[in-house]
Amino acid sequence: MANLFLLQLLNGAQFGILLFLVAAGLTLVFGIMDFINLAHGVLYMLGAYLMAMFALETGSFWLGLLLALATTLVVGLVLEWLVFRRLYDRPHLDQVLATFALMLILSEGVKILWGSAPLNVAMPELLSGSIPLAGPLRYPVYRIAIIVAGLATAAGLWWLIARTRAGMLLRAGASNRPMVAALGTDISRLFLLVFALGAMLAGFAGALVSPVLSVDPGMGDSILILTFVVIVIGGVGSVKGAFAGALLVGIVDTVGRIFGPIWLKLVMDPAAATQAGRVLAPMLVYLLMAAVLSWRPNGLFGRPS
Amino acid sequence: MTLLAVRDLRKSYGALAVTDGLSLDVAEGELHAIIGPNGAGKTTLIAQLSGQLAPDSGSVTFDGTDITRTDMASRVRAGLARSFQITTLMPAMTALENVALAVQGRSGSSFRFWRPVAAEAALNDQAMTCLAQVGLADRADRPAAAMSHGEKRQLELAVALACRPRLLLLDEPLAGTGPQEAERLVALLEALKGQVTMVLIEHDMAAVFALADRISVLVYGQIVASGGPEEIRQDPAVRAAYLGEEAC
Amino acid sequence: MSAAPKAAIALLILLALVPPAAAAIGDPFLTVIATRMAVFAIAALSLDLILGYGALVSFGHAAYLGLGAYAVAVCARHGITDLFLQMGAAALAAALFAAVSGAVSLRTRGIYFIMITLAFGQMAYFFFVSLSAYGGDDGTALAARSTLFGRAWLENDTAFFYMVLACLALAYGGLDRLVHARFGRVLTGTRESELRMRAIGYRPFRYRLAAYVLSGMICAVAGVLLANQTEYVSPAYMAWTRSGELIVMLLLGGVGTLAGAMAGALVTVGLEELLAGWSEHWRLCFGLILLAVVLWSPAGLTGLLRRLLAGGRR
Repeated sequence: MANLFLLQLLNGAQFGILLFLVAAGLTLVFGIMDFINLAHGVLYMLGAYLMAMFALETGSFWLGLLLALATTLVVGLVLEWLVFRRLYDRPHLDQVLATFALMLILSEGVKILWGSAPLNVAMPELLSGSIPLAGPLRYPVYRIAIIVAGLATAAGLWWLIARTRAGMLLRAGASNRPMVAALGTDISRLFLLVFALGAMLAGFAGALVSPVLSVDPGMGDSILILTFVVIVIGGVGSVKGAFAGALLVGIVDTVGRIFGPIWLKLVMDPAAATQAGRVLAPMLVYLLMAAVLSWRPNGLFGRPS
Repeated sequence: MTLLAVRDLRKSYGALAVTDGLSLDVAEGELHAIIGPNGAGKTTLIAQLSGQLAPDSGSVTFDGTDITRTDMASRVRAGLARSFQITTLMPAMTALENVALAVQGRSGSSFRFWRPVAAEAALNDQAMTCLAQVGLADRADRPAAAMSHGEKRQLELAVALACRPRLLLLDEPLAGTGPQEAERLVALLEALKGQVTMVLIEHDMAAVFALADRISVLVYGQIVASGGPEEIRQDPAVRAAYLGEEAC
Repeated sequence: MSAAPKAAIALLILLALVPPAAAAIGDPFLTVIATRMAVFAIAALSLDLILGYGALVSFGHAAYLGLGAYAVAVCARHGITDLFLQMGAAALAAALFAAVSGAVSLRTRGIYFIMITLAFGQMAYFFFVSLSAYGGDDGTALAARSTLFGRAWLENDTAFFYMVLACLALAYGGLDRLVHARFGRVLTGTRESELRMRAIGYRPFRYRLAAYVLSGMICAVAGVLLANQTEYVSPAYMAWTRSGELIVMLLLGGVGTLAGAMAGALVTVGLEELLAGWSEHWRLCFGLILLAVVLWSPAGLTGLLRRLLAGGRR
């Protein structure tokens, strides 16, 4: 039982790390530009598809990853330049609609290019197999690699935000938008940078997860909504909040799905517990969000409005 | 009789004490002006008196009832209304609708879903009276967004009056008005004197000294002097802290 | 009362003429499309109440469509086939869900509100996805349409269409009264300036919540009709993209006018049918059109809307 719990905890952390990669860019865009982007999940999906394509073309996981990252970065730049920068000063409703339209266009485009059937990506030789964890328990190397890569990215982001000039502007922007706006021309380049970086991180998450999940056109939708939950729980604009929120959501969701029915069996009869568990588990993160918000309406690390 | 009593009110943002142990008495029927240099904490004080902002400590008593923790809506119903320094109206609504909405707030339930509100004569009549009072009777059907700045300031006052306040908190009613508009508003406040108790925050010293029964001087979140206009004019501390600065 | 009610009445008459026209040119499918248009017009009207008049950008409104649809399936399984009883059950379920989710969501503003309503919508979606008794992910077919006074009158597409049209006319008439009544003026006031409303003695939360609940109930009635139209219920009715489509309808028609909401629903459903008949990748075209409208011709967005959201952003 304890081993199973440890296993699920690791799975939850791994899922949380992926959520963080997607959420990091989005929360900055929300916080600094006060911009709502519904097309962010599509970038995650795009990362996975590009990974599938490039890995197949080049025959190498690593080369595929590199090309997928570069391409999502370029896509992010182009989207910012073509669409998003026209929307910063527009009302939220316009942003919702434009990015909703973009989401329809991109996901339909993906279907046209790659079809609706799920694709698979081969795991690299180096990261396949598993390592012993505790006693007879083993854990896949690749999943550990995801956790490590995610943590390294988080550390890199921390360095970027805490130690560089661009990061200083970001922090200033998240806490005081008018001040950053007053800095003038630098700002449009900063927005471009944040956007492209966010796109690349989302693409990175999609590429990372492609060998363990099947790549399909619906994958962007489900992660986008969970990312919103993460951002709302963590507090809009806070990367620290996104990290905490992502791990919380990842672990609660994963552990809840496995242990929810088990724990429910302690208080009700098994058949009812199984049914109730199956219904309740997917709703757990949303209940968590509602609970956090009734306690702190601006999220765990959000600044009061 | 004291209508509003403020005792040892404190509000800080981090290390900055915006309201720093402030005490104030406003007698029923008087026009009590509060003056002070920029950043003295005047708007923050109004926000705490009206219930928009909760003080860290201290108390606000209105007509013998402690209202320190009472929300804005209840204070309005108890008879404490305010105008805003930055015009806060319903831009898409006409002047009449703006005022009628305030009348509606104190007359009957708003959970009525069927009868057209525009046909409620009782609301419209009272609203028209308030508009006429501020000299906007001929502007009743104009959307607030389409009014001149001076007219908006007048409307702001009409909306506050429509709440039938016993105490009116006026946050720089003359802000941004031209000389003629200001003159008109001063005459209006003069006419209101005696009918309603007023707390007036204003930068226009000529208006303050012409209108006020009492003046309190607010510096760094504290009242440093309080008295009649002559008294304040002569007070050396006030001259140093405030009027001197104005003269520069 | 100016041009708006006239436009709304014109739209209703136009819809009413569809079945005879369809019979004349021998294309009964037109009536089916008109039924869908009318159903979504009811849903769009309900969303317009909170989004257009209350400035509450709800991105989870499709949940109520789904709740209404599942109310039909659940009632039918328990032997309740009467349309009006089903509508009552749907409205009750929607009211409960709206009261609870609204009480939490309405504590927040702006982007938070958009995301929270979205999350609540997803919560409802996943609830029905995991409800294996009703087909889970795939949904379940209805044995028959609902009955009226024990009779299967609604099996006839034309009769059913006029039933839906009657509901639409009622929804429009009722909401038109409501937005011009005391309640509507207060709701509009909370849209225009929350601070001013509090400063004249209102507590905006209770009015917003009441509007939110009412809006959910009306949308659930649309859901009951939608399930009857397709004779099928599935979680797809409450997918978040469906909530997005409802907002699109309002945008295309003009937010904050009831006639606009109806017109937007008609245009959107019509456009979808048209594009879907033309290519299986119609969503691409639909997205491009939508993007073009938002970026280059914000005409659907009236001046009212601009102010509404400029206020919302602060």
